[in-house]
Amino acid sequence: MAPNTRIILICSGKGGVGKTTLTANLGIALARQGVRTVVLDADFGLRNLDLLLGLENRIVYTAQEVLEESCRLDQALVKHKQEPNLSLLPAGNPRMLEWLKPDDMQRIVGMLAKQFDYVLIDCPAGVEDGFKNAVSATKEAIIITTPEVSAVRDADRVIGLLNTNGIKPVQLVLNRVRPKMIESQEMLSVDDVTDILALPLLGLVLEDEQVIISTNRGEPLTLKDNISPAARCYANIAKRLQGENIPLIDPAKAGRGLRDKFMRLMQTKIF
Amino acid sequence: MTLRDILNKLLGRQQASATTARERLQLVLAHDRSDLSPELLDQMKLEILEVVAKYVEIDMDEGAVSLETEDRMTALVANLPIKRTLKAKKQDDEQSS
Ligand SMILES: Nc1ncnc2c1ncn2[C@@H]1O[C@H](COP(=O)(O)OP(=O)(O)O)[C@@H](O)[C@H]1O
Ligand SMILES: [Mg+2]
Repeated sequence: MAPNTRIILICSGKGGVGKTTLTANLGIALARQGVRTVVLDADFGLRNLDLLLGLENRIVYTAQEVLEESCRLDQALVKHKQEPNLSLLPAGNPRMLEWLKPDDMQRIVGMLAKQFDYVLIDCPAGVEDGFKNAVSATKEAIIITTPEVSAVRDADRVIGLLNTNGIKPVQLVLNRVRPKMIESQEMLSVDDVTDILALPLLGLVLEDEQVIISTNRGEPLTLKDNISPAARCYANIAKRLQGENIPLIDPAKAGRGLRDKFMRLMQTKIF
Repeated sequence: MTLRDILNKLLGRQQASATTARERLQLVLAHDRSDLSPELLDQMKLEILEVVAKYVEIDMDEGAVSLETEDRMTALVANLPIKRTLKAKKQDDEQSS
């Protein structure tokens, strides 16, 4: 195994909070920085990393054939045309869930780590076998959550399990942030969530309709030097992962106008 | 509590939903993390009070046993104001009789 390979599990507990979107965008952003990156779809039940990357028509083999040794790893890997530094290892048939064991997952990830600098694993929702298999093969993790009570509670559960399994570091990405709602105190703030979960913040991603448009096209926002708010957020997260010191700007605290200042005053904690 | 919360209170309005969310999460996570249900906590509280009552007289109205978490560490916090020790109570009782 290449000793410096970073193996990162992208997980959340709750479904639909943005794991697959983050995996696709981070994968492209890292590849664009010139590092050899592979994204592994470990959500065998509900795979769609291929779709978000626009690679669904180019799949020939999957992780399943690699494990059964009916094809070589490089035959199953799908290289992204525009960003050849990025490859996808597609999820196999949903029936894989019935026989896949932690050993299998470790074997696949071990093979990938020989060839790549980054292995990003798109984790299934929940805390059952699919999650446990993925955890057994990872070194570090990114927890993604939205500022909603149910997502934060599920994230907390997952953090507990990652801690028990000795996964380190575990960093937080807060998704679908709406600065206006935070300002009017109708959404948990960035500080609220980092305080409650007691995790270092890797970055936040703004709520952005461009995310939906880009998934329609199968072209992650980070493919271009996109000026959309979420695109910038994803790019910054990739840079921070690479060790660049990109300051975290809390959008709900950034406004300089009189109204922004007043809203901030109203948010000040007295006791 | 934020300035807005105080203002809302003065005006008799509901508190901001983010504040409610924060409070509810802190409580539910304390229980999740310690694997203690509210019922178990209540039972434990009663038993703790029984033991303590053997030694001192406590102010039942002011007393509280609760779970608090900080940095993912959960602590059982008991705040039991002591009215007087049982010895003092005995003396008082003897005097008044
Ligand atoms: N920052 C965002 N702004 C707007 N929509 C988003 C954002 N992040 C995710 N979404 C949408 O949320 C839905 C779930 O995202 P997905 O990445 O599939 O979640 P998961 O993999 O955790 O189930 C998708 O429809 C996606 O387009
Ligand atoms: Mg997904």
